[in-house]
Amino acid sequence: MIQAFAFYLFAGMMLFSGAVTILARNPVHSVLWLILAFFNAAGLMVLAGAEFIAMLLVIVYVGAVAVLFLFVVMMLDIDFAELRAGFIKNFPLGMLLAAVLFVELFVGIVVRSAGSLQLSHASGTAAPAAGLTNTQAIGALLYSKYLFLFEAAGIILLVAMIGAIVLTHRQRGGVRGQNVSKQVARRPEEATINVQPEVGKGVSL
Amino acid sequence: MDLLHSLQLTLAEELISVSGLILLLVAAWSGDKAARLISIASVAVLVACAALAVPALAGAAAGPDTYAFGAQYKADAFSAFGKILIYLGAAVTLIVAPAFLDRFNAMRAEFPLLVLFAALGMGIMVSAGDLLALYIGLELNSLAAYVLAAFLRTDDRSAEAGLKYFVLGSLASGILLYGISLTYGFSGHTDFAGIRAALGAGVMSTGATFGLVFVLAGLAFKISAAPFHMWTPDVYEGAPTPVTTFFATAPKVAALGLLMRVSIEAFGSQPGAWQQIVIFAALLSIVIGALGAIGQDNIKRLMAYSSINNVGFMLIGLACGTQAGVSAMLVYLAIYVVMSIAGFVAILMLRDADDRPVESIADLSGLSKTRPGLAVALAAVMFSLAGIPPLFGFWGKFVVFQAAVQANLVALAAIGIAASVIGAFYYLKVVKVMYFDDAADKVHGRNDLAHTVLLVAASIFLSPLGYLLTNWLHLLAGNAASALFHA
Repeated sequence: MIQAFAFYLFAGMMLFSGAVTILARNPVHSVLWLILAFFNAAGLMVLAGAEFIAMLLVIVYVGAVAVLFLFVVMMLDIDFAELRAGFIKNFPLGMLLAAVLFVELFVGIVVRSAGSLQLSHASGTAAPAAGLTNTQAIGALLYSKYLFLFEAAGIILLVAMIGAIVLTHRQRGGVRGQNVSKQVARRPEEATINVQPEVGKGVSL
Repeated sequence: MDLLHSLQLTLAEELISVSGLILLLVAAWSGDKAARLISIASVAVLVACAALAVPALAGAAAGPDTYAFGAQYKADAFSAFGKILIYLGAAVTLIVAPAFLDRFNAMRAEFPLLVLFAALGMGIMVSAGDLLALYIGLELNSLAAYVLAAFLRTDDRSAEAGLKYFVLGSLASGILLYGISLTYGFSGHTDFAGIRAALGAGVMSTGATFGLVFVLAGLAFKISAAPFHMWTPDVYEGAPTPVTTFFATAPKVAALGLLMRVSIEAFGSQPGAWQQIVIFAALLSIVIGALGAIGQDNIKRLMAYSSINNVGFMLIGLACGTQAGVSAMLVYLAIYVVMSIAGFVAILMLRDADDRPVESIADLSGLSKTRPGLAVALAAVMFSLAGIPPLFGFWGKFVVFQAAVQANLVALAAIGIAASVIGAFYYLKVVKVMYFDDAADKVHGRNDLAHTVLLVAASIFLSPLGYLLTNWLHLLAGNAASALFHA
């Protein structure tokens, strides 16, 4: 009973926040709603007994969005006084979201301790192996049955890295790179000179 | 699972991956100076991999002996046919690219590596026996392709092409993934044989139908079939010409191969469900490709619409849903790849006095007087694309229409033939500009040996001499098609 209640809570919240993500006019608000949607998806995964995927969702997506925010804050010229004013204005919404997240966390923990949701399987193949946590089960499959695809996925990441370097890296003249051994080997005698200028005359550098 | 057997079957992929990684280290240590060396080594690797695929194709390999990693990967005759065309397209790209990119001071050591990894992804695509392998191969190819489209990063049009391709390609990947998850949800399997068994021959559930539609929509984007063709003209025009050569050849083969595999192997028990979608896409592509090309004044855009048009003709072969139809489609595909190579190599040879590329059709006027050899080759390509009989391009259209008539799709074949008459108009317009207009005297520039050799070889293939190859081509395409139907 409580599982079904939690399922509809998470699913309903996820659909709602997904809809608001595309309807919100302010892109920053969209991103916040997106986080809530991911969080609810993670809750559904916990209910289904797939805690590894739930943690993955939170760490990868919520974490990625946080990093994206950081980039935006670093790259844009933001007026912090205005931001603080915005903070006061958005405070109630933020508190509301925080309260929702807290309640959901609480419900999730209660439900988890009451036993996870029983899913029906289209065939027996999706049932987890007995006696394994699903992190172990995923690991065992990934490095045996899906070895080929796992390695190919590694190549995809390599190509993404090469692509990013190709498109953004450029050689610039006049850049002073670090040369550790040269910098460490430098002595005070090479770096400073002692001159006695005549009175009224400057030194030439 | 016998790991050693699997590793033997995936030898081509291992060879490309390992040599790609080694060449990446060479690129990292010796920089762009090594670009030519890496290109040559990559061409050698691609040719070696194509040679590795020959025994499977000639021996009509099929069935469980060719399955690696629990049927996620199938090294059968069908994948061998696709791979030979893919590696050929990638190798030609690497041969023509350095001269072009050098003129823009943009030849970098990463270029051949990206093409190599794209070829790796495409090899996985045509060999996929599982929705996961399908998606991973597709993404590997697409990611490399986005970067290649934007390779001339100081050029606005190239950057625009890269961005457009990336945004629309990501959307298509999302649609495809959505379809894959629905298919998995409603059949309980990701492997093609499992999906086929789970769907059965009965009434298809609504969810599985949605999955099928989304998967086909995602794949239609990758082959630039209408109504998902919008990106093609812009990307073909903006991307550097060698990269456009690549896009018009290898990824087309890979995505069409994938489409055939998904349709026949995964959804083969439900032909009625996908045949109407394929027929719709085929008709729309033929008509949009033919009508859209009429107003174009840039020859690369013209070739883009021509590729949409040709994909439509190829889809007629798939729409038959028969072994003869798939075999005809493969014959067409092989001829189309050579036509594209010939066309784009000829376009690459069009350069003005300052060695800048000439892309406007008006600037070609009077080419027959200034560069008669080039004009003959370009005219042969245009006649061949139009499907005018003595040239080999006619044969591809002929076998596809023949298969359609045998499969009782007479109306489809009739509309296709009518639209190919419309198509002939703009191909002939290019010939008319080259032969009958006053000389604009725009095209100058010397051409290097590699381009000339490639163009001559491709033109001989397209000339009536190509008909000597028909028996051989039909035998190989037949082997490939039978592997698909007897999986």
